[in-house]
Amino acid sequence: MAAPLSVEVEFGGGAELLFDGVKKHQVTLPGQEEPWDIRNLLVWIKKNLLKERPELFIQGDSVRPGILVLINDADWELLGELDYQLQDQDSVLFISTLHGG
Amino acid sequence: MCQVGEDYADPASDGPPAPRPGREQKCVKCKEGLPVVVIRAGDAFCRDCFKAFYIHKFRAVLGKNRLIFPGEKVLLAWSGGPSSSSMVWQVLEGLSRDSAKRLRFVPAVVYVDEGAACGQSPEARAKTLAEMKLILQTIGFPWHVVALEEVFDLPPSVLRCFAQEPVGTEGAYKAAVDSFLQQQHMLGPEGAGDSLSPAQGEEQLSWPCTQDPQKPNKLPTAAQTEALSRLFDSVKTLTAKEELLQTLRTHLILHVARTHGCSKVMTGDSCTRLAIKLMTSLALGRGAFLAWDTGFSDERHGDVVVVRPMRDHTLKEVAFYNRLFAVPSVFTPAIDTKAPEKASIHRLMEAFLLRLQAQFPSTISTVYRTSEKLVKAPRDGCAAGPPGPRCLLCMCTLDVDTVDSATAFGAQTPLHLSQMQPPAPLPTVPSCSAGMGRAQGCCWVAGSCEREDPRARVVEQLCYGCRVNMKDLPSLDPLPPYILAEAQLRSQRAWVEQQIQEYLVEDSDNEVQTGES
Repeated sequence: MAAPLSVEVEFGGGAELLFDGVKKHQVTLPGQEEPWDIRNLLVWIKKNLLKERPELFIQGDSVRPGILVLINDADWELLGELDYQLQDQDSVLFISTLHGG
Repeated sequence: MCQVGEDYADPASDGPPAPRPGREQKCVKCKEGLPVVVIRAGDAFCRDCFKAFYIHKFRAVLGKNRLIFPGEKVLLAWSGGPSSSSMVWQVLEGLSRDSAKRLRFVPAVVYVDEGAACGQSPEARAKTLAEMKLILQTIGFPWHVVALEEVFDLPPSVLRCFAQEPVGTEGAYKAAVDSFLQQQHMLGPEGAGDSLSPAQGEEQLSWPCTQDPQKPNKLPTAAQTEALSRLFDSVKTLTAKEELLQTLRTHLILHVARTHGCSKVMTGDSCTRLAIKLMTSLALGRGAFLAWDTGFSDERHGDVVVVRPMRDHTLKEVAFYNRLFAVPSVFTPAIDTKAPEKASIHRLMEAFLLRLQAQFPSTISTVYRTSEKLVKAPRDGCAAGPPGPRCLLCMCTLDVDTVDSATAFGAQTPLHLSQMQPPAPLPTVPSCSAGMGRAQGCCWVAGSCEREDPRARVVEQLCYGCRVNMKDLPSLDPLPPYILAEAQLRSQRAWVEQQIQEYLVEDSDNEVQTGES
């Protein structure tokens, strides 16, 4: 059983528009059986933070192509992408590089 | 350095030991830094090496092409978005370098407020504008803020291509650099401080730091804002709206560049954006102009050359650089914000390419390399001879071939003509150009214009791609006056030329030219 995690989730490049225009979200992920990874985080975001048009943010079980993910200011490709296991106090940033956000 | 990552991983050891691929990896460049970003397939760079790589790429593009001469006035087209912001910051960085590596042109920034076309409220626009101005003040370059509404005040001459001196050769560039350096050298110690020649210093001072002095009130009138919204509302598809916005924006920036004596305009198109633009342009029927639309330099306007110094940077690199090195940018909703993926050809092409890129990481670079190989070969060697007719809107040499009915254009023309309303006498008499001077000739010309449908008159002056777009604009009336005025002027000129030709049936070319003048 993984303990609850406190994580900072941030959106930029226009992605924040799908989250009521709020860029930074300090969130607490509840404790659960499996460890929290980005794949779970996306599901949680979709359920709890995303306000509209989920298809513009999430496609399949990942983010929409054109949205970059930075974990603690490093490229998620270096950290295992969806399989990265979140730590307490991690910061996850989603930057949209799509035209119009 | 790498230990930081390993230490970090330790607390996780209570869970399954998570493999942390990449964190054991070192920077491919310096072999010791902790990588933060993966560019190209699998090349991980550390922060410092990424910065050096990014800056080098910007300077290399400018250095390789040798298009921007020392002391030249360059207008940086800044939208507030990531790529153009990064471009402005690269210029700022380049100008702060010492001696040999210093960029030597004189920059200014232009920002076009497109809020009205994107349906923003006046309050939202004011807020954005305030943010933009704050950044512009930080940058410290002379700047111009123009509202898209100002297209309603543009003169028809914006749509003309002005001849330019022959493009500088390698030798000319070297000579210019040498004379610039000599000039600086002669200035001696007092010039070393800011290393601007006195003339340039004055020039820079004379650049207004805000709006043109003759137009102190930069806020567009409510009527203009409404006219612009009406124009965009009347366009039936998002694809055509995007194209129209791009056209109007280009004209406005061109006008600002000309009125302030800038011979170059830099735009922040990234490699990703250009790859998408290339495919979009193909789909829009602009294949003939791909080299101009996506190449490093775009000479279609003659006296003002558009250059794209960010064309080697991918959007991922731009986003990372801006984040890691705190380059400020402002997000403003665009015309397609929150639009579904299939809302426009632009949107669809973007989604298509980015999705392909996610599966095949070399997609964007392959498309982009293609754009690099395109050669600008004007039809019938127009570059050497007199410039051929140009598209009224995109200002490219017309790709229209009236004889060849096998082309898409040829196939379209008869269709278009049959769709036209009968060219019966029109209620509106086209206003005679005041400058004509000859009363008789004037009515003569007016008579000629009456024969034609004004829509047909505009359409026949467009390239294939712009014609297709025009189909989504039900009425030409909401278009800014300069477009219609120039269209009328051109058709009058063409008609006069034709008339003269008829009178001088068998005469030599010389006499035709005399008749024209």
